[in-house]
Amino acid sequence: MRDGDEDRGRLWYGPQPDVAGDSGYPDAPPRMGFFTDTSVCIGCKACEVACKEWNAIPEDGLVWTGMSYDNTQGLGADTWRHVAFIEQRKPFGGQEPGVAHEDVDVFAAAARLGTDASSPGPGATAPPPGRAPEGAPAGQISPLSPDGRTELRWLMSSDVCKHCTHAACLDVCPTGALFRTEFGTVVVQEDICNGCGYCVPACPYGVIDQREDDGRVWKCTLCYDRLGVGMEPACAKSCPTDSIQFGPLDELRERAQARVAQLHAAGVPDARLYGESPEDGVGGDGAFFLLLDEPEVYGLPPDPVVTTRDLPAMWRHAALAAGSLLALALGSFARRPR
Amino acid sequence: MSESGVTGDGVRGVRPGRQAPTGAGGGRRRHRRGRGEQPMVPDAAFSSYYGKPVLKKPTWKPLDIAGYLYLGGLAGASSLLAAGGQVTGRPGLAAPAKLGAAGAISLSLAALVHDLGRPARFLNMLRVFKPTSPMSVGSWLLAGYAPLTLTAAATEVAGRYRLLGSAATVASAVLGPAVATYTAVLLSDTAVPSWHEGHRELPFVFAGSAATAASGLALAAAPPAQAGPARRLAVLGAALELGAFRVMKRRMGLTAEPFEQGRPHLLLRAAEALTAGGAALALCCGRDRRLALAAGAALLTGSAALRFGVFHAGVASAEDPKYTVVPQRERLERRGR
Ligand code: SF4
Ligand code: SF4
Repeated sequence: MRDGDEDRGRLWYGPQPDVAGDSGYPDAPPRMGFFTDTSVCIGCKACEVACKEWNAIPEDGLVWTGMSYDNTQGLGADTWRHVAFIEQRKPFGGQEPGVAHEDVDVFAAAARLGTDASSPGPGATAPPPGRAPEGAPAGQISPLSPDGRTELRWLMSSDVCKHCTHAACLDVCPTGALFRTEFGTVVVQEDICNGCGYCVPACPYGVIDQREDDGRVWKCTLCYDRLGVGMEPACAKSCPTDSIQFGPLDELRERAQARVAQLHAAGVPDARLYGESPEDGVGGDGAFFLLLDEPEVYGLPPDPVVTTRDLPAMWRHAALAAGSLLALALGSFARRPR
Repeated sequence: MSESGVTGDGVRGVRPGRQAPTGAGGGRRRHRRGRGEQPMVPDAAFSSYYGKPVLKKPTWKPLDIAGYLYLGGLAGASSLLAAGGQVTGRPGLAAPAKLGAAGAISLSLAALVHDLGRPARFLNMLRVFKPTSPMSVGSWLLAGYAPLTLTAAATEVAGRYRLLGSAATVASAVLGPAVATYTAVLLSDTAVPSWHEGHRELPFVFAGSAATAASGLALAAAPPAQAGPARRLAVLGAALELGAFRVMKRRMGLTAEPFEQGRPHLLLRAAEALTAGGAALALCCGRDRRLALAAGAALLTGSAALRFGVFHAGVASAEDPKYTVVPQRERLERRGR
C-alpha cells in the first residue's frame, strides 16, 4: 500500500483507508460497519423484524415460498435485512436433529446445569475437561458431537447492504441523492432521489431497489439516525446471538480474523470471510460476513467488482466511438475524385 | 445416533428445491430454452440461492429507455448530416436532418422524464455534475445539446436568423456524436453482465446504429439527388455496427449468450437483416424515390430493433444468476484462489 497523501487521493478502485475523509469529512469518526458471523445465526429473524419496525418499512409481500424457512426471499426496497436459509446434506458438528426428547425431563436437566462435567453451566461452550474431541481445543468450542457427526447442516445468514468502500450505487447516482456519511456508510436522501433507477442495476450485490408505489429507491441506512446519537443499529441491537456485530470496521476485522482462526482450529475448515478484504473488487465491504460455504450458495456474488472501475475505459471507448462516427460522416461527405 | 433425512413430509426423501448442494459447483441451475440454439459456451454447473438472481434487474421501462437510446442516436447522427448538408450546400438533406434531430431529442427527453419514479424531480439531475455518473454527464450533455437542435430546427422552419441557425447546427454536430455514444456507457456502467462486459465495443455498436438510423431518416425524407452522403453513411454505419457487434460477442464469452436467446435473439436477428438489407438497398438503388423510402424505413426499424435487443438481453442476463456467478467464479479460478 502507498502511504499518506496518495491514499487520500480520489481512488476509484482498490483499498481506500479513509472513505469518509475522501468524501470531504475532515475529522470523521472511525468507519462503522457490521460483521455478520453466520456461524452463530439461529435464523430467528429478529433483525428483519427490528429493522422493519425501527425504519417503518412497509410490508414486502406475504407468501410461502417453500425455500426452507425463508419467505422473505431477498433484499429489496422493503427488505433491508434478509435471513437466508440453506439446507445442505453435509456433516456439521454439534447439531443433533431427530433426537427424541420425550423421555427427558427438562426441568430436572436445568436444575443439574453446571453441577457436573456432562452438564456444563449456561454460557459454557467448552466440552467438559478430558472429553474434548480430537482437533477441538478444549476450553474454546465444541463443534463435534461426541459420538459422530450429523448429516444435515442448516446454514442461516442475515444479509444486508454491504456499504461498499467503492459503492457503485453512489458513484452512478446523477442527483447526489446517495451520499457517504461521516461514518463511511452509504445512505439515500429520500427528499432528493428522483427515481431514475440507475443505482438499481449498478449495485453488484443486488441490494438497492425501487419502491413501486413511491418511485424512489430504498435500502439499509445502517440506521444513520441511531448512529448519530451513539446507538447501534436496530438489527445488531436485537440479535440474540451477536451474529450481527456492530462497531468500528478495524475492530470488527480483527475480531473476524480471530473468529475464523478459532473455527478452523475447531475443525470447521469451510469458515471464510466474505467482503472483509480491502483488496477485493469493491475495496472491501463496510458490512462483511463470515460464511460457511461459497458466497453464491447464499446468493452473494463470488467476486463482485464495482462497475466504475472500468468507467475511465468506458469513457475512452465512447470518445473513440464518437470520433469514429464523426469520421464516418466526414467520409460520407467527402467529395469523390472525378 | 440418528440420521437426519429431515424433509417437509417428515421422512427421508429429498424435495428438489429444498436441499442446497454444497460448494461452488453444486449445480442448482435454471435451464433456459434457446429455441434450438446451441449455447455458445457449454452449460456450466454453479451454485445459487434457490435459483434467485444475484442482481436486481433494471427497473427501467423498455419502451422508455430503449426508445431513449434509439432516439438519442438518431438525433446525434442526424445533427452530423444536418451540418454536413448545410456546409456542402445540400439544403434538401440538411432540413429534414435538423427537424429529425430536434424531434428525436425532444421525444427522447420526454421518454427519460416519463421513466423517472418522480418525474416532477427531473431537474434534480442538474443539482450536481458527476463524471462518475454517465446519467449525470448525459443530462448535462442533453441540456446543452437539445436547445441547439431546437434552435437549428426553429430557424430552419422560420427561414430567419440564418446565421444563428448555422452556428447552432454546427455546434449541435460537435455534441451529436457524444449524444449518440454516451448511451452505451450508460448501459455498460452497471453490474448487468451482458451490458458491462461489452463496454469496450458497445459505444461503437451504438455509433454505427446511430449512423444507420440518421441516414435512414435522411434517405426517406431528402430528395435522392442530395442524399448521396446519407447513402454512404448508411453503408459505413451498418459495417461499423455489425462488425463491432461481432467483435463484442466474441470477446464477451458466456455473457454474450443472452444475445442469442429468446426475444433479444429475434430482435437482434431482425436488426441485422434490416440494417444490412437497408444499407444494401440504399447503395444499389437509393436513387429511386420509392426504394430509398423502403431502405430508410428498414434502417430506422433495424436501429430500433438493435437497441431493444440489447436492452432486453441485459435484463435477461441480470435475471439469471448464471451470468453473474459463472464468470466471477472463473475469474477467481484464473487468479488461482
Ligand atoms: S451493496 Fe449495493 S446498495 Fe449497498 S453500498 Fe454497495 S453498491 Fe450500494
Ligand atoms: S434512483 Fe434515486 S438514489 Fe438511485 S441513482 Fe437515481 S436519484 Fe440516485
